[in-house]
Amino acid sequence: MDELDRRLINRLQRGLPLVRRPWEALAQELDADPAVLRARIQALLDDGTLTRFGPMFDIERLGGAFTLAALSVPEPRFDAVAAVLEAMPEVAHNYRREHAWNMWFVLGCETPEGIAQAIARIEALTGLEVLNLPKETTYHVGLHFPV
Amino acid sequence: MIAPLDDRQALQLRRLLEAGLPLAARPYARLAEQLGATEDAVLEQVRQWSDDGLFRRMGLVLKHRALGFRANAMLVLDVPDDRVDAVGQQLGQAPGVNLCYQRPRRLPQWRYNLFCMIHGRERADVVERIERLLAEHGLDGLPHQLLFSTRAFKQCGGRYAPPQPQEPQEPQQVIAHG
Repeated sequence: MDELDRRLINRLQRGLPLVRRPWEALAQELDADPAVLRARIQALLDDGTLTRFGPMFDIERLGGAFTLAALSVPEPRFDAVAAVLEAMPEVAHNYRREHAWNMWFVLGCETPEGIAQAIARIEALTGLEVLNLPKETTYHVGLHFPV
Repeated sequence: MIAPLDDRQALQLRRLLEAGLPLAARPYARLAEQLGATEDAVLEQVRQWSDDGLFRRMGLVLKHRALGFRANAMLVLDVPDDRVDAVGQQLGQAPGVNLCYQRPRRLPQWRYNLFCMIHGRERADVVERIERLLAEHGLDGLPHQLLFSTRAFKQCGGRYAPPQPQEPQEPQQVIAHG
């Protein structure tokens, strides 16, 4: 990743302008060639630095739902339980964290009932209690990673 | 006057965008070809969704761990209910706090009701930033814990299941509020 990649990533974390020729607008800002910028994005997608380029729809506004949930998994069973979650399409991501509640994951579904069903399934498959912590108030959402 | 997209076209456009914006000089013209619509109608629909808050930006999903952001801390605090909004707003506006939410307590297992995500490259640096942040806002007396992630098992940028099995298996993108 070079200086142009870094500037491009930092700039795009604020979003591509919603105009007919967005890459030309961006190329002017970054003093680069629009075709080069597109090729850079393609290369970053190909090498896995970016997982996606496009709009991220807010599924709650589309009637969907998600939640943050946790499990307290006995150490010998940790990998097996992680594999159960890995196989479920409702699980968006899953992290091990240093705590008695050691497995933290996000569930996303097209309906609120889908969340309850996914939790019931996890509890049935693992025999563990799920700590369900849906957000009640949003104070800030601004994921930004200066690179 | 631009003829707007019909409902079917709008849904199809959303599905196409969930796969990603085409990397073309005129991405909306490319999408319009697939929909049998005009470039202007597609762009108008996209702007409308943006204005309505259906998405925040035409942006990117970074594999942040691959970029060296490996120190990923979830700060959880037990804030008295009558102060949680004020504290949430304070911390939410603080530099370096990427996400800030109120979530329910689940007593007796879980007492914390305010969650902040703070990312960095080095754990020691993240710990120091958080300690400073709490001290600056006079919050270091509140019960709190730092939960660092040590492994990511699944980081797919939030795809979720289609409503019915017979629906096409098109992944959909969500904002991952992890």
